[in-house]
Amino acid sequence: MNRIFRDLFAEKKHIKLGLYGPPNGGKTTLANRICKDWIGEEMGSVSNLAHETREIQIKEQVNIKSKGKELTFNLVDTPGIATKIDYEEFLKAGMKEAAAKKRAKEATKGVIDSIKWLDNMDAVIVVLDATEDPYSQVNITIIGNLQARDIPVLIVANKVDLKKARLMKVNDAFPQYKVVGISAKYGNHMEEFYESLFDLVR
Amino acid sequence: MVTLRFVSYHEIENLSSVGRIRKLLNIAKEDKIVVLQGKLRKEEEKELIKATMEEINDEFKGIELAVIDDTDDEAKGLAWVKQGVINQLLGDRKGLTIIGPASIVKEIKKDPKKIELFTEDFRRRKKKRL
Repeated sequence: MNRIFRDLFAEKKHIKLGLYGPPNGGKTTLANRICKDWIGEEMGSVSNLAHETREIQIKEQVNIKSKGKELTFNLVDTPGIATKIDYEEFLKAGMKEAAAKKRAKEATKGVIDSIKWLDNMDAVIVVLDATEDPYSQVNITIIGNLQARDIPVLIVANKVDLKKARLMKVNDAFPQYKVVGISAKYGNHMEEFYESLFDLVR
Repeated sequence: MVTLRFVSYHEIENLSSVGRIRKLLNIAKEDKIVVLQGKLRKEEEKELIKATMEEINDEFKGIELAVIDDTDDEAKGLAWVKQGVINQLLGDRKGLTIIGPASIVKEIKKDPKKIELFTEDFRRRKKKRL
């Protein structure tokens, strides 16, 4: 099946590579890291407060090269997928009520858009926070839907620079997938990540 | 007080995907925790999240969702054959799905064959285990 996808990709000019996962996993940080590494500019703003990315962001024609190999794709950064959004959490973070409700409303729309776009991806990087429980149903639902549609998946266990990170736990949760532990923030293990990306879509 | 509502697979078996999602979400919106025999299809899980997002407002904050699938991914030999037969016979009836309103269920932890459900009372150091 992988070969079929590789053949398809060989004929495609614009591979859509999606970044998916729960909120605050580090999708936009990874998108920024990829863009900085290969284009020299960032893609979107990041925040410790959940749902910072509330709209689909696309960076077209990202070209990466490694060990004589070359790959061009459209990078699609998506809002984090969640099953609940409570504007009161934003209030606790110091936002005014109107701004908190607006953020919550935009976040719900962002989740819907992420889900709508899921089937249109050619390959997906699922970005998980390695310090969090990998068995969360959102993770399993995202990966299960990608698997059902034969969309190639690479799992990134982000934030491995943190002491609480448990890469093995992510590996154990998804034994049928390649899992790469990185720190998108500090650029740790990005070589291994890019190698895995080539394996995913070529 | 926490109310659990058990839904047998029979209750949703003949419903359309939209009907299944509507039924389960409506129960959760009544501030009841749904304990569903079996599981939704992967596509339906995704649509459940989407439908939930469409209905979030000041009162309804969303859901907590967890599915236990008792399939043994590492089964080999006779156990693998036995599991295949069971899967064919039971299909989506296997396993257990928990859907709780986020206002009541603060967190669901899976590990991975066990579900721990933490309700609002958790803050007072009480814990419900399923």
